[in-house]
Amino acid sequence: MENWRQQPWVFLTFIAPAAFWLLLFFLIPLGWIWFFAIGEREGPVDIVVTWTMSNYAEALQPIYLQLFLKTLWIAVLSTAICLVVAFPVALAICFAPSRYKGLLLLLVILPFWTNMLIRTYAMIAMLRQNGFLNDGIGAIWTAVKFLLTPVGLDGLMGERFEPLALLYNNTAVVMGIVYIYLPFMVLPLYANLEKLDRSLVEASLDLGASQIRTFFEVIVKLAKPGIISGIILVFIPALGTFLISDLLGGPDSQLIGNVIERQFRAANNLPLGAALSFLLLYLTFIALALRAWYAAREEKADA
Amino acid sequence: MRSPIGPLEFTRRTWVRLWLLAVFVFLYAPIVVLIAFSFNKSKRNIVWTGFTTDWYGRALNNSSLIEAFTNSIMIALVSTVLSVILGGLLALGLYRFRFPGKSVLDGVSALPIVIPEICMGVALLVFYARVGWPTGLPWPLNLSQVIIGHVVFSFPFVAVVVRARMEGFDRSLEEASKDLGASEWQTFWNVTLPYMKTGLIAGGLLAMTLSLDDFVITFFTSGPETITFPVKIYSMVRQSVTPEVNAASTILIVFTVALTLVALKFQKPSEGVG
Repeated sequence: MENWRQQPWVFLTFIAPAAFWLLLFFLIPLGWIWFFAIGEREGPVDIVVTWTMSNYAEALQPIYLQLFLKTLWIAVLSTAICLVVAFPVALAICFAPSRYKGLLLLLVILPFWTNMLIRTYAMIAMLRQNGFLNDGIGAIWTAVKFLLTPVGLDGLMGERFEPLALLYNNTAVVMGIVYIYLPFMVLPLYANLEKLDRSLVEASLDLGASQIRTFFEVIVKLAKPGIISGIILVFIPALGTFLISDLLGGPDSQLIGNVIERQFRAANNLPLGAALSFLLLYLTFIALALRAWYAAREEKADA
Repeated sequence: MRSPIGPLEFTRRTWVRLWLLAVFVFLYAPIVVLIAFSFNKSKRNIVWTGFTTDWYGRALNNSSLIEAFTNSIMIALVSTVLSVILGGLLALGLYRFRFPGKSVLDGVSALPIVIPEICMGVALLVFYARVGWPTGLPWPLNLSQVIIGHVVFSFPFVAVVVRARMEGFDRSLEEASKDLGASEWQTFWNVTLPYMKTGLIAGGLLAMTLSLDDFVITFFTSGPETITFPVKIYSMVRQSVTPEVNAASTILIVFTVALTLVALKFQKPSEGVG
């Protein structure tokens, strides 16, 4: 590496465009919002920076605090489901015969190439009252009832199948998040497991540990960096989601993202919206800091 | 006779196979159903009543849908080119130089990747409104707000990919080129750039996918008179769900997947060279 003073013009050509873009179209807009959060509305459009904390105080009132907790809970739950669902997939791809590996990976990535809105829309058709999931469950229900009739147990199941309310509730939002972000969990897990030293797994099995014990005490422990990357990649977008809760959620599925969107586009309470956005950002930073802290601790333990 | 399942042959275990099957059904069933019902005769999306391609005719005759589609493609192309240039240069600069504030720039350039999109979206929305970004510009300049937003979240990804590629670069090649009398520019063009090519293509591919996949930033940065594909579909979905939406979505799915597959094919041969 060379000192930038040796060739300042070459250095500037490389660095300046990106630095300029980040400053003008990222840091300044964000900084603006940061100042809005400590400002007050004056007139219909003007906002005066008064260094007030009242917007943050309002954003931390029970109504919004509950919303934050709910968003946090939904994000944690979706991330956990993603992890549980994705781990066997990543493991299977990793240990698959090499001629299938590319295909399996492609199958995981392919949905990611489809616009997120389109995938969310596709979920609606699956989940609604007369949707395909309900039809499927209904078919199973009819089959089970048919099988139970000769034994005389069909009375247990009620007269006819009642479609389940799958859409427009919190379950639908969690399913939507899992559906959209699952590839984000599989890929870092796969990347990490791929580097895993197989002889360690074999050694564990040879030494008599069961498959399950080997899984938890060898594979999971070695895959920790991948697990953490996957968690961050799913958890942060899940925290900020508003499209999925908007389209799949019901009246009680409002997440913090929906409220922020409304403050900026409809309610026009910019200072409150700004305060809420920054609280969301701080939550994100806490998650990232936890990850960095954890990585540093692991490194120390290794040294 | 089948050989017994080895301890590490997870893909031959029944539960793993069922698990994979279930996950792929979960990932693909909604998309397959969406595509299938774009060919359905019935307007009510639920029951299959017969095959038709009418909805494609309708979607292709819907001028605002076509406009939205063209706009989105334009946005994707321009933001990809800009992202590759900005991201490639940044990666090279970070790779080559030691300078004060390097770790700050490194950290800030990673921020657009990690912060929630909605925060960036509202920040840009307010920024454009306050700056008084000119509206009513002729096409394609009227897309500049969206393009700028897409570049902000795309070029850091390009920089990451290109930097990973540069890790394996032998700098003595550059020195050799200069010793042999090549200028800084000739060295860059004939030595550094060919090596970077794989990384640039991969990064560009990623940037294009991110742009076509994005909803949130587009939603917040497109002004009232610029229609983009996701925003158009969003308003159609909110109004009423007809197979026309399915047809339009199918066109975009086929387009993106085909594009990426072509790009992947194109990228393959150069891997051996680099």
